[in-house]
Amino acid sequence: MEKDKVPQDEGITGGVSREVQYAIDENGKYVKVMSTGWEPKNIVNDLAWEDIQEQVDIANEQILSGKASPIMYFMAKNQMDVTLLSNYIEIAKWKVKRHLKPKGFKKLTQEQLENYAKVFEISLDELLNYKPNNE
Amino acid sequence: MKLDFEHIPAGHCENGVISSLLNYHGLKLSEAMIFGIGSGYFFAYMPFVKVNGIPLASFRPIPGMIFAKAAKRLGIEMKKQSFRKQPKRAMDELDKVLDKKLPVGIQAGVFHLSYFPPAYRFHFNAHNLTVYGKEDNTYFISDPVMEYPTTLTYDELKKVRFAKGALGPNGKMYYPINIPKEIDLKSAIRKGIKQTADWMTTIPIPLFGVKGIRYLSKRLRNWPNKLGAKRAAAYLAQMVRMLEEIGTGGAGFRFIYAAFLQEAAGVMDDERYNELSKEMTKIGDKWRKFSSLAAQTCKGRSADTNGYNTIANLMLEIADDEEKFFTELKKLI
Repeated sequence: MEKDKVPQDEGITGGVSREVQYAIDENGKYVKVMSTGWEPKNIVNDLAWEDIQEQVDIANEQILSGKASPIMYFMAKNQMDVTLLSNYIEIAKWKVKRHLKPKGFKKLTQEQLENYAKVFEISLDELLNYKPNNE
Repeated sequence: MKLDFEHIPAGHCENGVISSLLNYHGLKLSEAMIFGIGSGYFFAYMPFVKVNGIPLASFRPIPGMIFAKAAKRLGIEMKKQSFRKQPKRAMDELDKVLDKKLPVGIQAGVFHLSYFPPAYRFHFNAHNLTVYGKEDNTYFISDPVMEYPTTLTYDELKKVRFAKGALGPNGKMYYPINIPKEIDLKSAIRKGIKQTADWMTTIPIPLFGVKGIRYLSKRLRNWPNKLGAKRAAAYLAQMVRMLEEIGTGGAGFRFIYAAFLQEAAGVMDDERYNELSKEMTKIGDKWRKFSSLAAQTCKGRSADTNGYNTIANLMLEIADDEEKFFTELKKLI
């Protein structure tokens, strides 16, 4: 790829940073060029986020129909599955699964709730009072 | 205390960190040179390793390998430490090394990296960055995939050093402790090239090297039928991300390798490396075309089998190119 063809499509770097792209200059020499992004990357990144959003939507539906606890929503929002969440909380998977149900959630101790809130980087209040927006 | 450390943005984190650590100690080797010597170029399709439930197609060897091989071939001695379930000790040890005026390479999880653009933040744990100082509660960070140096608080750094999940860093840190005065760059380059050429052309398992590209081509052709439009698009999208997203320098490291060959031409005083660098640029351009076609195909998640067939054919073409390329390159060493 030539230096002047390095794409500058604003997208996933969100104006925060630019990425190094290797390209050849007018003398055929390789140089590092800063790029704001490339449309194909934006497309596939959007796709990955759509999949995450889908998990979040599913969690919200289940919470609304009384089948899941708020933990289900925050787990999806943090791109976690039960295995990863249980690693972060440092308890067994079957216990986390139980806490995903409203019944198991109600039985959580203050300490356990705080642990979840800490992992999700939210306040205890946000965890306890989470309500999906019913649209 | 803030060390006089030069932040050098790089295509890839692992090479970038090593290159800038060595630079601090007076050894000027580019990211591309480290990448070539450490045999960073690869292809592997591993259906049994899943990322987000999708089989892994990788354009590089496992994390840490480039680093280990480059250090060995250059005769550089690195101190490596891990701290399983001992975050406090991991942070104390980091402080101790910083006090000795040594910048430290750190393995980190990306998800909790506060300075990353939000779209970058997935649960990927094999990221690398350099810590080059500390003032009160703040650490000075040189992250090679960021344009400018940045900072993390004590708690933030502790968190990313103990990210959970696959390839968890367990507080891993590393820094050079012995750099030889005389380095045999020619020999290191030859070793790096030989291994890459062997990996790409002679591993007798159909999942690796050019065989792996051909195998995946066959699989990919059937994705829309086998997986349905939505899932197929997710598989394809992940391939593009492995090729292009943060840390490949473009085209799944192929352009970095072309840059390495160009530098090698100077070191070896052999014009043929320059010719092959041009060939590698063409291969990189084809992978870019792959990404472009693939992104168009997954956009809107259509089940257009024509799109998948075109991409699969392009992969076969690239596999032939890469095979021919490494056969030629091997003749030079």
